[in-house]
Amino acid sequence: MPNTRPLSPHLGVYRWRVNMLQSTLHRLTGLFLCLGALLVAWALIAATNEGAWSVFASFWTGWIGEILLFLWLWSLWYHLCNGIQHLVRDAGRGYGPANRDRAHDPSYWSTGWMILAVSVALTVLVWVLLALRIAGGGA
Amino acid sequence: MAEFTLPQMSKVQKGKRFAAKPGGKKVRNFRVYRWDPDVGGNPRVDTYEVDVTGSAMVLDVLLKIKNEIDPTLTLRRSCREGVCGSCAMNIDGENTLACTKGLDELPDGDVGIYPLPHMPVVKDLVPDLTHFYAQYASIKPWLQSQSSFGSRERLQSPEDRKKLDGLYECILCACCTTSCPSYWWNPDRFLGPAVLLQAYRWIVDSRDEATGERLDDLDDPFKLYRCHTIMNCTNTCPKGLNPAKAIGEIKQLLMNRTV
Repeated sequence: MPNTRPLSPHLGVYRWRVNMLQSTLHRLTGLFLCLGALLVAWALIAATNEGAWSVFASFWTGWIGEILLFLWLWSLWYHLCNGIQHLVRDAGRGYGPANRDRAHDPSYWSTGWMILAVSVALTVLVWVLLALRIAGGGA
Repeated sequence: MAEFTLPQMSKVQKGKRFAAKPGGKKVRNFRVYRWDPDVGGNPRVDTYEVDVTGSAMVLDVLLKIKNEIDPTLTLRRSCREGVCGSCAMNIDGENTLACTKGLDELPDGDVGIYPLPHMPVVKDLVPDLTHFYAQYASIKPWLQSQSSFGSRERLQSPEDRKKLDGLYECILCACCTTSCPSYWWNPDRFLGPAVLLQAYRWIVDSRDEATGERLDDLDDPFKLYRCHTIMNCTNTCPKGLNPAKAIGEIKQLLMNRTV
């Protein structure tokens, strides 16, 4: 009765490593960036009318707007950094030595953590620079 | 669209607990996936408390369970030294061979043992590999050549022979293919890491003369390009091979051919 055969567990039992996290985040940030493109569309539409612009501006300076902006900014950096790794791999490099010696983590795991760390650092950096600029410029 | 959850009939339920015999020196708990086609219903996870004194590998423990605790436990095994690939399964969250996975490599706590992920289960730890083998056959895993060599052998330089290192060692245990999320979501159209590594093994073989046809066949959005370099394959290979890299090499060859 092959049709009644169950499907063995997959996502629910597989151990998450940074490489799997990287790939999942690449998808999610890509999706989020697509949604973020709507923000640009909204900005362009709102810019044609003063009333619409004030609605737009007040949303993006509110806390929900700021959280979304922060996430969007991080998505951009993460997707870019991880995208560079994709480019490198498309050029046939960055596959690391295989995990032959299980006592040591493969090199691409440290690269993965580095990509995550760099994307967060760049996000915070840009955020702080923007905050300083806004505070200094009195905008 | 990918199905991220298990079908209703495949959801795993709580199973029985087999308590350790009193006097065990070093008892560890093993949670093992069970499904019996003669009983049907949903699969379950049974917990075996096993005295692991004298057992070195996970396969030793599974055979101890089968011999001394529960003879109904079903699994494949043959060579018990990592060359046949029969005892490939998911141990402690990663695919590997039960016969080469040492108990000392496992972290403390209960050890989960499941069949290879996202496969139809024949019984307990035995997955149905029919489709996997059919995909392997589809890449024509044999030497194709038009040239006549008469009664002589086909010579290969040491350099060309070296290109097969890291490829010929593959035992087709399916650990890598069933660790790949891309394969989980597209098993019908994506060939998966093991079969692609094998395809590359014939592509780089200096004696093979069907390189062009082999590349033509792989130049497909699904067969090859569902690989998004997630790297689970390379992580999990119990032979320490690098299927992700082999797939990357195929992509390179295809690109070089076009550019």
